[in-house]
Amino acid sequence: MTRAGKTATLIWALGALLAAFIAARASYTADLSAFLPRRANETQHRLVELLREGPAAHLIIAAIGGTDAATRAAVSRQMALRLRADPAFLAVDNGEPAQLERDREFIFEHRYLLSPRVSAELFTAAGLHQAIGTALDVLASSAGPLVKPLFLGDPTLETLAIVESLGSSHAPHTAAGVWSSPDGARALLLAHTRASGADIDGQQAACVAFEQSFAAARAALPAAQRSALSFSMSGPPVLAVASRATIKSQVWRLSAVSATAIAALLMAVYRSLPVLLLTFVPVASGALAGVAAVALGFPAVHGITLGFGVTLIGESVDYAIYFFTQRSSEFRRAVWPTIRLGVLTSICGFAALLPSAFPGLSQLGLYSIAGLSAAALVTRFVLPAWLPRAVRMRDLTAAGGNFERLFVRLRAARGALLLVAILAATVLYLHRDALWSRELAALSPIRAADLQLDEELRAAAGAPDTGYIVVAAAAERDATLEAAEAVSARLTPLVDAGVIGGFDSPTRFLPSLAAQEARQRSLPPASVLRARLDEGLRGLPLTAARLEPFVSDVERARDGPLLHQADLAGSSLGLVVDTLLVRGSAGWSALLPVSAHDSPDLPAAAIAQVRSAVASASVGAELLDLKKEADRLYSGYLGEAVRLAIGGFIAIVLLLVVALRAPVRVARVVAPLALSVLTVAALFAALGHALTILHVVGMLLIVAVGSNYALFFDRAAMHPEEGSAPLTLASLVLANFATVIAFGVLACSSVPVLADLGATVAPGTLLALLFSAMLAPAVTRTAARAAVG
Amino acid sequence: MRHPLLSCVVLLSALTIGSESLASSPAESADESAAFDQLLKLLAERRHDHVTFTEVQALAILDRPLRSSGELRYDAPDRLEKRTLEPRPEDLVLEHGTLSIERDHHRRSVSLRDFPQAVPYVESLRATLAGDRAALARYFTVQFSGTLGSWTLELTPTDAVVKRSVQRILITGESDRIRTVQIRQSDGDTSTLTIGREIGP
Repeated sequence: MTRAGKTATLIWALGALLAAFIAARASYTADLSAFLPRRANETQHRLVELLREGPAAHLIIAAIGGTDAATRAAVSRQMALRLRADPAFLAVDNGEPAQLERDREFIFEHRYLLSPRVSAELFTAAGLHQAIGTALDVLASSAGPLVKPLFLGDPTLETLAIVESLGSSHAPHTAAGVWSSPDGARALLLAHTRASGADIDGQQAACVAFEQSFAAARAALPAAQRSALSFSMSGPPVLAVASRATIKSQVWRLSAVSATAIAALLMAVYRSLPVLLLTFVPVASGALAGVAAVALGFPAVHGITLGFGVTLIGESVDYAIYFFTQRSSEFRRAVWPTIRLGVLTSICGFAALLPSAFPGLSQLGLYSIAGLSAAALVTRFVLPAWLPRAVRMRDLTAAGGNFERLFVRLRAARGALLLVAILAATVLYLHRDALWSRELAALSPIRAADLQLDEELRAAAGAPDTGYIVVAAAAERDATLEAAEAVSARLTPLVDAGVIGGFDSPTRFLPSLAAQEARQRSLPPASVLRARLDEGLRGLPLTAARLEPFVSDVERARDGPLLHQADLAGSSLGLVVDTLLVRGSAGWSALLPVSAHDSPDLPAAAIAQVRSAVASASVGAELLDLKKEADRLYSGYLGEAVRLAIGGFIAIVLLLVVALRAPVRVARVVAPLALSVLTVAALFAALGHALTILHVVGMLLIVAVGSNYALFFDRAAMHPEEGSAPLTLASLVLANFATVIAFGVLACSSVPVLADLGATVAPGTLLALLFSAMLAPAVTRTAARAAVG
Repeated sequence: MRHPLLSCVVLLSALTIGSESLASSPAESADESAAFDQLLKLLAERRHDHVTFTEVQALAILDRPLRSSGELRYDAPDRLEKRTLEPRPEDLVLEHGTLSIERDHHRRSVSLRDFPQAVPYVESLRATLAGDRAALARYFTVQFSGTLGSWTLELTPTDAVVKRSVQRILITGESDRIRTVQIRQSDGDTSTLTIGREIGP
C-alpha cells in the first residue's frame, strides 16, 4: 500500500468510527413530525400541537370480542383494574357504574362552582321560585325518579343542568355493566396514555401494557372461553407504534433484499468475492456518513430517512461499479473526472432540498449529500489502495460490445423520442387537474386495514374524529380558561339556534378562577337564603324547612376552596380537562371541539357563523378545520418541493454549463434526463396515480442518477481516445441494473412514501440510460471504430 | 345521571303492560282464571288506543302531590307514546325496542338492550302479545282479582334490580278498558295514572 493509500485508509477508519459513534447515539423517530413544518405560521403551529398533543392523540380504544357479554365485562373490569394502577395511563374508562358514580358525586359536590347558571339573580326570592318550580316539573316528569334523591340538597337542579350541558357527546352503549359496541358484540375500554403523541417509545410501552392486561385477564378464564376471546385496539398511539414498526421492518427488509439482489448481480458479473466485498465499502461508508450527518443536523433521525438509505445503495454502488468495470489503471485520469462531475450534479440536486420546511425532505437532502460524497471519496481514495494486486476481474469488453451494437440499433429510432415527448406532454396536459395528490393522507404509512379498524372502534365508542376545533390561547392557564369561557358564551347561542350540534370546553369542569369566584360571591349566607326561600316557596308544594340540606350545602360552597386542575386528577372529568387544556411551547391552549348536527362535516355557512362568533369574543381564539389545514399545509409543501426540485434542476444545468462549456453538450446531457422525467410523470398520470411530494423527489433522483449516464456518453463522445467505449457501456448498464434493482425493491414497499419513490426512480433511471444512449452522437463513431478495428 | 331514560323505560313499560299484557297467576279462582283468559283475549284484540291521562305523584319529600297530564297512544303491536302536556311538555315513545324522549326540542334515544333491567317489562309485553304466558311468568308474579267487568291486576317484579326501584304495579280496569295504573316505588312514593276520555283514532 502506498503512503497516500495508508493515509486515506487511516482517515477512512477514523471517519467510520466517528460516524458509527454519532449514529449509535442518535435518536430515531417515526411519528407524524417528519410531515409537519419546522417554520410555520401560528395557525399551523397550533395545528401541529393539536395533532401531537390534542384530545385524540392519546386515546386508545380497545375492544374485547367473543364468548358472552358477562365474560367480556369481567375481562374488561379486570383489565381496567390493572391499567388504572399503571402510571403509563392518565385514565382508563370502561363505563363501570362505580366510575360514573364518582363523576356524578364530583359534579354534585362542586355544583355551585361549576354551574354557569349560578348568579345573584338565581338566589333571589323570585329566582328561587322560578328555578324550584321548574325543578318540580322535572320531578313530575319521567326523569323524576332520577332527580328525587338529589332534590332536597339541590332543589334548583344545578347537577342536572351541568350533566345535560354535556349534551351531544354520545356515551357508548352498555352491556353487562360495561361499555360495549352498539351491536353488543364487543366490550369497549377507552384509555388515555400519559406519553405525548411524539413519544413513540412511551406509546409503545402503553400498548404493550394493554396487551399484557388482556393476556392476564384472559389467563384467569377457563380454557374453553380463552380461545373464543378476541382483542383488538386502535387509536393514534396504536397507529403510531404500528407505523414505526412497519417502517422499521421495511427499512431492514428492503435494505437486505436489495443488497442481496445487487450482490448476486455483481457476483454473477465479477466472479470475484474480494471485488464484490470492496464494492460495498463505499456503499456502507456512505450510508453511515449520511446517518451521522442527519443525526448532527437534526434533533432526531426519521425512520423514513433510513428508508432512503436503500436509495443510496442504488446510486453509490454505481461508483464502485465504474471503478471496477472500467479499467482501474485509467481510473484516476479517465473515469474519476466524470464521476466527480456526476457527484457534483447529484449534490446540486439534493442541496436544493436542504432549505425545505418539510423536515423529511431536508433530512433526505442532507443524508444524500453526505452519503454520496463519502461514497465517491472512498471510491476515489480508499478503494485503489485496497485493490488486491492480482485481482482477477472478468473483462466485460465483449458484453459491452453487444450493448454498443444494441444501442446503435436503438439510435436509429431516435426520431421516435420526439413522439414520446409529444405523447408525454399531451398526457400530462390532459391530466393537468388531477396530476397532484393534495391530501396529507397520501403520505400516511398506516395500512388501510388498520385505518378501517380505527374507524370501526371510534364509531362503536362514539368518539368520532373531531375535524373542527376552536383553539383559545393565552400565556397563562387561567387566562386561557377565561378566553374559553368568552368563546363558549358566543357559541352557546349557535347551539340553541341549531347552527351547530354542540361543543365541548375544558371550562365545563374547570371554570376560570374568576368565574368560580363570581359564582361563589353570588351565594347568599344561610340566614338570607332561608328568608328568601320562605318567600320564594309560596305557592309551591313544599316549605323552606325541608330544604335545610340545600341551605347548608350553599353555606359550605360559599367558604369552600376553589377548584384547581389538580383536584380533578384521576377522574374521567379530569381526563376531559387534560385533553382539552394543552400546554404548548408558547403558553396554554384550550380546545373547544365543535360538532355538527348528525354529520361529520359542518356546512360552510355554519363554519362562517362559528368563525364570526369566535371573532366577536375578542380573545385570542380561532376555528381550525383540521383536515383542511393539514391538506393546505401539505399543498404548501408540495408547491415548495416542486419549486425546490426545479431550482435543483436549474443548479444542475448551470453546473454543467460551467463544467462542459458548450451549450450543445449541456443540451445533450439534459435532454434525455428531462425526457425521462416527463415520461415517468406521464406514465403515472395515464395510470391515474396522483403524484405526491415523494414523486417529485424521485424525479430529482432520476436527474441525479441519470446525469452520470449522460455524462459518460458525453465523455465518450468528446474523448474517444480515453477509456474503452464497450467497457464504459458495460459499466453503465451494470450500474443501471443495480439502481433499478434497489429502487424496484423500494417500489414494493407497503410504506407509501418509499413505494412512491421507488416506483418513480426505477423506470426513470432505466429510461434515462436508454434515452442518453439514443441521443448520444459519438457512440456510433466509436462503435464504427470498434467494428473496423 | 348518565342514563336518565332508564326510569322512563320502567314507567312506560309498566304502562304498556297495564294496557296490553296480563298473564295468569297460580292463586286465582277458576272463575277469575277464566275471566283473566277472556281479558287477555279482549285486550289482544284492541289494535289502537288514544286517550287522555292525569297523573298524581305523592312524594315523601314534598308536602303536596305533583300533578301532570297529557295523552297516551298505543298502536299494536309494539308502539306506545306518552305525551305529557302539563306542566312540562315531554314526549316519550317506545317503539321496536327503542325508547326515545323529547324534551326542550332535544330528542334522545336509547336501545333497550343497554338496559337489561328494563327488559323484563318489555319482554313481558312481547310475550303477552304472542300469547306466551311462560315468558311473562319469568319476570313477574301476576295476581288477577275481580271480574271481567271490574278487575284488578297486581304485578310484582321478580327481578332483583327492578325490585330495588319498583315494589309493585296495580292496574284496574273494566272489561277491555284500563282505568288506573298505580306504581308503588320501593321508597313508598306512589304515582297514580288515571285514564280519561278517548280521543278517537
